[in-house]
Amino acid sequence: MSEEGVNPRRRRLLAITSGLGVVGTAFALTPFVLSMMPSARAKASGAPVEVDISKLEAGQLLTVEWRGKPVWILRRTPEMLKSLAAVEKLLADPGSAVTDQQPEYAKNEARSIKPEVLVLVGICTHLGCSPDKRLDAGVASGLGDEWKGGFFCPCHGSKFDLAGRVYKNVPAPTNLVVPPHAYLSETRIIIGADQQGAA
Amino acid sequence: MQKLIAWIDERFPLIETFEYHMSKYYAPKNFNFWYYFGSLALLVLVMQIVTGIFLTMHYKPDTDLAFASVEYIMRDVEWGWLIRYMHSTGASFFFVVVYLHMFRGLLYGSYRGPRELLWIIGMVIFVALMAEAFMGYLLPWGNMSYWGAQVIISLFDAIPLIGPALSEWIRGDFVVSDATLNRFFAFHVIAIPLILAALVFVHLVALHKVGSNNPDGVEIKKKKGPDGIPLDGIPFHPYYTVKDIVGVTVFLMLFAAVIFFAPELGGWFLEPDNFTPANILQTPQEIVPLWYFTPFYSILRANVYNFFWIDAKIWGVIFMGLSIVVFFLLPWLDRSPVKSIRYRGGMYKTALALFVVSFIILGYLGTKSPEVISLFWFKNVYWVQAFTVLYFAFFFLMPIYTSLDKTKPVPERVTWK
Repeated sequence: MSEEGVNPRRRRLLAITSGLGVVGTAFALTPFVLSMMPSARAKASGAPVEVDISKLEAGQLLTVEWRGKPVWILRRTPEMLKSLAAVEKLLADPGSAVTDQQPEYAKNEARSIKPEVLVLVGICTHLGCSPDKRLDAGVASGLGDEWKGGFFCPCHGSKFDLAGRVYKNVPAPTNLVVPPHAYLSETRIIIGADQQGAA
Repeated sequence: MQKLIAWIDERFPLIETFEYHMSKYYAPKNFNFWYYFGSLALLVLVMQIVTGIFLTMHYKPDTDLAFASVEYIMRDVEWGWLIRYMHSTGASFFFVVVYLHMFRGLLYGSYRGPRELLWIIGMVIFVALMAEAFMGYLLPWGNMSYWGAQVIISLFDAIPLIGPALSEWIRGDFVVSDATLNRFFAFHVIAIPLILAALVFVHLVALHKVGSNNPDGVEIKKKKGPDGIPLDGIPFHPYYTVKDIVGVTVFLMLFAAVIFFAPELGGWFLEPDNFTPANILQTPQEIVPLWYFTPFYSILRANVYNFFWIDAKIWGVIFMGLSIVVFFLLPWLDRSPVKSIRYRGGMYKTALALFVVSFIILGYLGTKSPEVISLFWFKNVYWVQAFTVLYFAFFFLMPIYTSLDKTKPVPERVTWK
């Protein structure tokens, strides 16, 4: 571009005006962008849920809703607990090293407070489907006779064991989430709160 | 009448615009079957907008009411079933037409210079159309609507650092909820249709600037008569408007046949799982998007290994994004001296055939569970991986095979075949 006939003062003023215009536009856009964030009501509606598990038999799974997500409560049988050690070599994170996926008190082999009672958010860590419960071992599961029981996500084929730990070489990157939970009594669980208070 | 037109013409470039875009827009005289799909895409766009307006009069974007309001349209609203089926079938036909329109571009090199920008605008339209279809699919609030949205929005979670905040911003909640439904409604009925209409306008402006390509890939503007009109050009109106009316007629016959006799097309146009209301506790047994997304969905699922410390999940998202981005790069990947497939050699023809086969098989496998053994003795996921490689090979090996390929001499002027 030719610089001839350019008034440097006017050009400088033009640059400043345009710059201020951009800043002003950014300010004007802010309320519109922020209006799409979760509203105060959406943020407030995450109250903890109390569940009575007295009628939950060994081997049974109960699904409850917490924060719009399915939460599974599974009372594992002794055989189910034994399968956890058997599949360890096939898992990506057997020791629950990824800290975001469970509270500190569930960072153990069974990923639970009481070994037999497993509490999991039933949402695949890949893309948020709810995995199928394929609790029974063997061919009946539809996943071959090597299957020791666990969860299988129909969307993209991710597999998890009976503690929600993810298998190697599946799309899901991490173990299923254990939500904060605590025992109010022997048979009552609160989900979404623990000894440290509400999550 | 003449006076009225003259009155308008003094105040608005009416005749000038009509001549520039219709009666004095010279299109190559050798258009064939493949050239129907541009005007058909425009027809479907208009149909979707009109049926959409009438559906909006009865539909309720509220998680408690949405599913029932769609059933209300189907059962109680006068002719509501027809308008709704036109809209839902129209969505699938839109993609049929657009995919064929894009395939025409691949056949005759319509993306090559000077039409690179025309192709890019077209690709932006395609991306906007995918967003429009995806958001529209949430509105009936069926179980597949809900879980499909859940999965696709979770894709954004995979983006490092900003991912989780971004997906919350898209949903307006921590899960797909009423907030999500409401904003998808706003995008589906206002924002994206406006963008689409503007883009289609720009697409046509760009087309009429550079002129249409043709099955020979010859630039008709290079051979002009003494009157400055391309020797191989004929006015778009009346020649091609009349030709396109034939296309429209045949298209509408097929369209009506589907609406009246198979509006769900065996689950391909409306999935069975979407006839149950959204259930946030239960994912459908087989969660699959509608057929027009399944090739890309397959590519998403093909990645099950963690490479270079990056999760398989992120690779899946990257490859799915890339599978669409590569289309934008086509004008620069193709190094062939000729445009049309008529004058290309065996290598390009083979590559294009393999690509089409990959696209169709990926699309088919995208509707199947990945762990099932369904083709010969291999699991679906291995087939998906093999065809994903083929899909990308078409693009990334293109600079090599198009420069090695033996081409035939291109004629000076268009031919009749």
